[in-house]
Amino acid sequence: MKPLVLTLRAAPAQRLDLSKLTPDRLLGKSLKEIEAIDLATTKAPAKVGDVFKLRAGDPHELHFEGGSERFDLLGAKLLPGYSIHVEGDVGMGLGRQAQGGAITVAGDAGAYVASGMTGGRVEIDGDAGDFLCAPLAGELAGMAGGRVIVRGSAGNRAGDRLRRGIVVIEGDAGDDMGSRAIAGTIVLLGHSAGRLGYLNKRASLVLAQRRDFGPTYVDCGAHHLSFAKLFARGLNEDSRRAARLLSQRLQRYAGDTAVYGKGEILTPA
Amino acid sequence: MSQLTRRGVRIDDSFAEAFPMAGTGLVITAPTRKWALIAAQVATGYATSVIACDCEAGIDCELSPKETPDGRPGVRILAFGFSSKAVEKALVNRVGQCLLTCPGTAVFSAMDGDVKIKVGDSMRMFGDRWQISKVIDGKRFWRVPVMDGEFLVEGTVGVVKKCVGGGNLLIMGEDWDKTMRATEAGVAAIARTPDTIAPFPGGIVRSGSKVGSKYKGMSASTNDAYCPTLRGVTKSALDPDIGCVLEIVIDGLSNESVAQAMRAAMKAIVALGPKNGAKRIGAGNYGGKLGPFHYHLKDLLP
Repeated sequence: MKPLVLTLRAAPAQRLDLSKLTPDRLLGKSLKEIEAIDLATTKAPAKVGDVFKLRAGDPHELHFEGGSERFDLLGAKLLPGYSIHVEGDVGMGLGRQAQGGAITVAGDAGAYVASGMTGGRVEIDGDAGDFLCAPLAGELAGMAGGRVIVRGSAGNRAGDRLRRGIVVIEGDAGDDMGSRAIAGTIVLLGHSAGRLGYLNKRASLVLAQRRDFGPTYVDCGAHHLSFAKLFARGLNEDSRRAARLLSQRLQRYAGDTAVYGKGEILTPA
Repeated sequence: MSQLTRRGVRIDDSFAEAFPMAGTGLVITAPTRKWALIAAQVATGYATSVIACDCEAGIDCELSPKETPDGRPGVRILAFGFSSKAVEKALVNRVGQCLLTCPGTAVFSAMDGDVKIKVGDSMRMFGDRWQISKVIDGKRFWRVPVMDGEFLVEGTVGVVKKCVGGGNLLIMGEDWDKTMRATEAGVAAIARTPDTIAPFPGGIVRSGSKVGSKYKGMSASTNDAYCPTLRGVTKSALDPDIGCVLEIVIDGLSNESVAQAMRAAMKAIVALGPKNGAKRIGAGNYGGKLGPFHYHLKDLLP
């Protein structure tokens, strides 16, 4: 069946709360009912019908023709079996607390992509903003499952308090990638800045580019790790380059020894 | 006993009687094929029959690096027990003593199964809090630091509840050499059949048993009806031209796979003919009252 298509009429006049347009909430609704949903975040209304032109289809698959950096909370709490594709940019909180499904974005994404996500797959062709996979202020853990692939670069504090799941950044990362990470895996193909893996508890940070990791990461030698080969297999379809990086012999730096020291940075030997 | 004949080999109008078992499997990988095979052979050792062993286990097939989860040479082993609890206990002991200890190995679940048993999740504590958990595609793996690097083991392993144990063939021939030649051909055919194992030494058992004994407290004893040296003195099932009987016991993940294995083995044995191989093929049963799975030889004929 054809997807339900929402074509952007004009650049939105205010930030929009798109969590109301998550596919499972649209099941069984007529086009009229969908058009009446209010996405406004200010006093002025912003009905779906005013913002988008709709083309009927199966809401299991949602297509946004045209995007905006004002598209907030797109695909929030998405469930397994649903998918969303955006032909454009999105705003903050893409895939926030998603439990499954697939989100693909052809443009850039704002801050807090996959924040609190527990399952599913998010792919961004462009760049991701700050706090990729991180928790909101006051929350204890960031992403707790699933897979995030960023073809471009990520902003500051990518993978902050990451708890579980795999993050692949094919471009560069901003300051403090993997800060306070609890566990999980981050693969970075580009360059990193700031205090890499600052207070990392148990996460694996896999870096294509070697740099100085500071005194709290301690060298544990170069090894062929079975788990890395297993991950290389699993990531091959999503990122060839990440898979190639993981199949190499890797130098292991344990850290951050300022906290548990059970995390690691892996980089080609 | 009424008999059919195929290429001069007499086929008994009999059936093999088999029992339900719980079965599971592991994919064992290692840096080289040699060490994957060593690991698989050791892990499936002393596992011929659940009469006294903790499980019945054997090698199902070898896997090329392309077929394994981590891209290294691998071997798929299967293990069968009376219950999933029994299989879990056997598997945890075997992984702990034979695979954790074996240089270079990694252990993966070979099937999703009906229920999960904890294998890596029990093994991880060997890491003394240095173990690392990694989750990918919904599966948890444990990285346990060991002296040659890391032992990678999957947290849970799937168990298939409706497996079949005890499919069998009795291969009867003129002497040991010819009977063995035919039996080995049958075992080779079973080795090529997926999802089945022949757990006895080299896939072959010579000490077929009957229920009961003249001694008190022994539940099973030698199957005198098939012992060639007793042909004259007991109520023998053997014809004058039979001098040796060997048995193949087959465990499989499903009713179909066991039937397929028996069919393949019979085809290979019949193909050898009575001059160089077996003169007669039979099957073991208990009158059909004990086991729910019956494999009639006439249905499996080539």
